Amino acid sequence: MHTNLSERVFQEIAQLIPSGSRVLDLGCAEGDLLELLSRTKQVKGMGVDIDEKMVLHCVARGISVFQGNLDEGLRDYQTASYDYVILSRTLQVVHKPVLILKEMVRVGKHAIVNFPNFGYLPIRLQLLLKGQMPVTPSLPFQWYDTPNIHLCTKKDFLNLCKVLGIRILQEINLWNGKRIPPFLGNAWATEVCFLLQGSSEGQSYVESIDSRSSLS
Amino acid sequence: MATRTTLEGSVGIVTPKEYTFGSAADPLELESGRTIYPVTVRYETYGTLNREKSNAVLILHAFSGDAHVAGYKTEQDRYPGWWDPMVGPGKPFDTNKYFVICSNVLGGCQGTTGPSSVNPLTGKPYGLSFPLITIGDMVKVQRYLIDHLGIQRLLTVVGGSMGGMQALEWAIAYPERVRSAIVIAATPRLTAQGIAFNAVGRNAITSDPNWNGGDYYGKAIPSRGLAIARMIGHITYLSEQSMHDKFGRRLQNREQYAFDFNDQFAVESYLEYQGDKFVERFDANSYIYISRAMDYFNLDEKYGSLEAAFRKTKAKFLIVSFTSDWLYPPKQSKEMVFALMKEGKDVSYAELDCPYGHDSFLIETERQGKLFSSFLENLYAHESF
Repeated sequence: MHTNLSERVFQEIAQLIPSGSRVLDLGCAEGDLLELLSRTKQVKGMGVDIDEKMVLHCVARGISVFQGNLDEGLRDYQTASYDYVILSRTLQVVHKPVLILKEMVRVGKHAIVNFPNFGYLPIRLQLLLKGQMPVTPSLPFQWYDTPNIHLCTKKDFLNLCKVLGIRILQEINLWNGKRIPPFLGNAWATEVCFLLQGSSEGQSYVESIDSRSSLS
Repeated sequence: MATRTTLEGSVGIVTPKEYTFGSAADPLELESGRTIYPVTVRYETYGTLNREKSNAVLILHAFSGDAHVAGYKTEQDRYPGWWDPMVGPGKPFDTNKYFVICSNVLGGCQGTTGPSSVNPLTGKPYGLSFPLITIGDMVKVQRYLIDHLGIQRLLTVVGGSMGGMQALEWAIAYPERVRSAIVIAATPRLTAQGIAFNAVGRNAITSDPNWNGGDYYGKAIPSRGLAIARMIGHITYLSEQSMHDKFGRRLQNREQYAFDFNDQFAVESYLEYQGDKFVERFDANSYIYISRAMDYFNLDEKYGSLEAAFRKTKAKFLIVSFTSDWLYPPKQSKEMVFALMKEGKDVSYAELDCPYGHDSFLIETERQGKLFSSFLENLYAHESF
């Protein structure tokens, strides 16, 4: 993805977060977002990433990082132990999106999720007109080598949140880095960002995860 | 040919130093309540302590290690110190930047006071009259040394396995004196399985007739018992994968089975060799005392809980485990990471995918090196004393 577009969405995330918050960034990669947040918002941050190279990058920048697999959930993280749990451009690569969303709103008092919107009209048109899996600047992979195994549209995501009882506190719809009105989002946003909260704060979802709800 | 002193990246020939402290009036007080004096610490240093004394790195060795981390003992020395790829000019613990210290542990047999040392009160080796010691006692002795060197705060304490236990104990017991702790392939407590392996090792030693209740100095030593103890230990340091890769089912000197007891598998021969080599440099009683110290190690028990143990720490932690380490598996490292997180401490965790089992911390120096050097560089750059 384009760096300037990453920066744009990071700025949007940053303005959702009050100074001095405790932040957990899931799939933090090189720690760019955490670095921005600690510089501009003095957050106390921690990143999680599965890739040793990314962990090394974070350590070198002095960013606290945990090398782990998000598909194992956040079982060992305390309920409501972070003010914000962020999942930036990572939802589409996890194996268990339901598990991770439930865990995010448990561990965080708030959650922030942003992802590329598969409902973006030019993507739909590629499939419709060319009859091929879409390849775009923000989703530049061929179907056979993409890490993106759980792509969804903005509408899909909203439906899932409803099913999971997750409340949407704020939404940001971006078309190539520029804000557009929410009603245009599903068809015209290249990327969407949501501020979320669990249905009842502090509630533990661990049980429902263990019993493997039909959604997981 | 390059001499030892001019080898690139090497600290060259190293001369160990000794520091002795403690007297009848002011002995070393042990966790058990017993006291001992005098105590001699054998240590080596590499690099130069800066004027602010802010660049000191304390390396803590594992069970069978010693103070000789890097470089060579003599011009003829064939092998360098036990972590030579990590310590030297331009290496991860860069001796051009940092002042690196390593000492032999209390209870050891490589120059620091232990059961094989002569008790000045009796003129004879301590043997089993040496008091039982703990990891905390080892750390206390190191603190005396650091006091002696005039260092108020260590930039980092770093160690693998039993060295990791010491690094933890340092950060917990002396929070003001540790800027950071690198804890590798360690555990917050020795498990029943760990104690069991140690117990078998001790049994091998004490069953050797030459052991003689620990009184064998100047006589035939319990070399067979000690060799077997080492063989058992060595199995726990490797992984199934690494043993398979290294030896498979190969026979040592034959192509086919002869179905007699001279059939020897390569892995057997390797263990024999490791055992015999160990006997040349290690004392059987030290094995017993140090393995006991590890058995006692249990942070939950000592401090009430793991969280309570970490509550007063001020260090930045880097905790590292290895996927193939079944002796102190990643799960045990993660437990410490989450306890630290729960207490709001600054902690990072790396789980290196590495096939060499527990010994990975000695073998996989390249990836660890990158991790540690970047961790330290960042820390040192932001250092404010």
